Amino acid sequence: MNSERRSVSYVNTLSQTDWDLITAIIPEGAHVLDLGCGDCSLLGALVARKKVRGRGVDIDGARLMGGMALGLPVYQGDLDEGLADFADNAYDYVILNQTLQVVKHPQVVLREMMRIGRYGIVGFPNFGHWSLRTGIFFGGRAPKSPALPFEWYNTPNIRVLTIKDFRAFCREERLKIESEHYLILNKWRRRLPARMAANLMAHIGLFVVARQ
Amino acid sequence: MFIERQSVGRVKPRQFIFGGQEAPLVLDSGRTLSPVELVYETYGEPNASRSNAILVCHALSGDAHAAGIHDPHDTRVGWWDPMIGPGKAFDTDRYWVICANVIGGCKGSTGPNSTNPDTGQPFGSDFPLITIGDMVTAQRHLVDHLGIERLFCVVGGSMGGFQALEWSLRYPERVHTVICIAAGAQLSTQGIAFNAVGRHAITSDPDWQGGHYYGTPGPLRGLTSARMVAHITYLSEISLNHKFGRRLQSADRLSYDIRNEFAVESYLNHQGTRFTERFDANSYIYITKAMDYFDIVRTYGPLKDAFAAVAARYLVISYTSDWLFPTAQSKEIVRALIANDRDVSFVDIDSPHGHDAFLIETKRLTQIATAFLDGSQRSQPLE
Repeated sequence: MNSERRSVSYVNTLSQTDWDLITAIIPEGAHVLDLGCGDCSLLGALVARKKVRGRGVDIDGARLMGGMALGLPVYQGDLDEGLADFADNAYDYVILNQTLQVVKHPQVVLREMMRIGRYGIVGFPNFGHWSLRTGIFFGGRAPKSPALPFEWYNTPNIRVLTIKDFRAFCREERLKIESEHYLILNKWRRRLPARMAANLMAHIGLFVVARQ
Repeated sequence: MFIERQSVGRVKPRQFIFGGQEAPLVLDSGRTLSPVELVYETYGEPNASRSNAILVCHALSGDAHAAGIHDPHDTRVGWWDPMIGPGKAFDTDRYWVICANVIGGCKGSTGPNSTNPDTGQPFGSDFPLITIGDMVTAQRHLVDHLGIERLFCVVGGSMGGFQALEWSLRYPERVHTVICIAAGAQLSTQGIAFNAVGRHAITSDPDWQGGHYYGTPGPLRGLTSARMVAHITYLSEISLNHKFGRRLQSADRLSYDIRNEFAVESYLNHQGTRFTERFDANSYIYITKAMDYFDIVRTYGPLKDAFAAVAARYLVISYTSDWLFPTAQSKEIVRALIANDRDVSFVDIDSPHGHDAFLIETKRLTQIATAFLDGSQRSQPLE
């Protein structure tokens, strides 16, 4: 119980650092759509710090009230049903942060995302992390980590992928990877040594992708 | 009656008359009304700049009495009392809330039971057909009269949602925010069909007398039937089943009687009969006609073009079990607004209560409306 609570707060800390990174990536005044925005705290930060024009999408109407109270336009919808209400090329950036692993149809969601936005920002827990590999190898149990703290029977993370998997996906989908960022030992890195080790060492991968 | 602390308490309907002979109200049909009387209520107080006004638009069978009580002996409060009052969603400590009877209605605003100045008799079916746009234009006269330049919010459910949308299209510069609940950009074919059944029930009642029945009880049976049919469309299969199931009305054995056997029959009968005590059959005809005519596409062009010129912030709300105004119809509006990059929020509330949910699910609605109105003060502070 105690350890569970600790790990959840660790994940929350991680998402704070995500925000700093995402805020750094997105240029001033950009037009941003946040998929799986929750209570819109990231979007709120982007509006405050980068003056973006933003809209949030989430399946949970109750959480969206947070965004409404910030004066942000929000849209309750299920990403798995596609985003037909959004036109092609309508946004500069579409964010899918810590959401890819919970959708039923990641390919649909990613294709929709890249139809709507010029750039996509995709952050997800890296299932290739060494602790998960050793955990399943030696422990023989479904893996858990600070970024994946749930049991197999109650995890919202129904899609398990690695950084390498996502690179391969981008190749197959003809998406251009603009930049890759890895959370290794509590710090975001992107240079070559980190890149080599990322699939083994990173808890979280964050990609900026564009259509080719 | 016990007045709860969050109630607006005792309220008095007020009257506003405009459209004298020199400036009659020109209706969408081309016909005119003169003079026009509006009966309305207000709750809370205006601020110095009158920038805190919220106009509440009522639905088909609603009226201006949205909150509080008229008389200390009243056992019933206004139709949206859980939403309007101190500390409620439409917080009368902060906002000045206004609700007016639509024209065509039967609660004081000019309608078919008003006196026709040409004949000295009630209009009856000589009353001109009106549209949602006409209702809104009449409300605009009231808003002008009250010295309000820009409404902080126009809100309504069902036909009230039609009016809220119409406000933002007809007078885009006069509306800061719109809350459109359980409505759509037009009345659906199914909606028109149900209205047609209701009107048929009234006009085929011999007591309707071609619409000139005033002075007699009028087409009570027809109006009862109309309300019974309509009432079904406001509920859902789940809520009907939950409320009544196949329960029998009086016995625990089948009586094999033509009269009411099942509880749901008796309930609908009761609802229908009670409705005739408070509603005028001609008003029912005219207001349902106004709903039938409502079609943003016909009036303003394809939705994407229609919503190109709007300036308001929108909150569009639908209910999962509403089959009279299904979620998809609300989403049409949202899609058009998003296509124009307008400020729109959309929430689909999970509820078993069907179309009537906007009157029943007030807790969720309160949270959502409060958040939206709070957020809307960022772009237009109340001062």
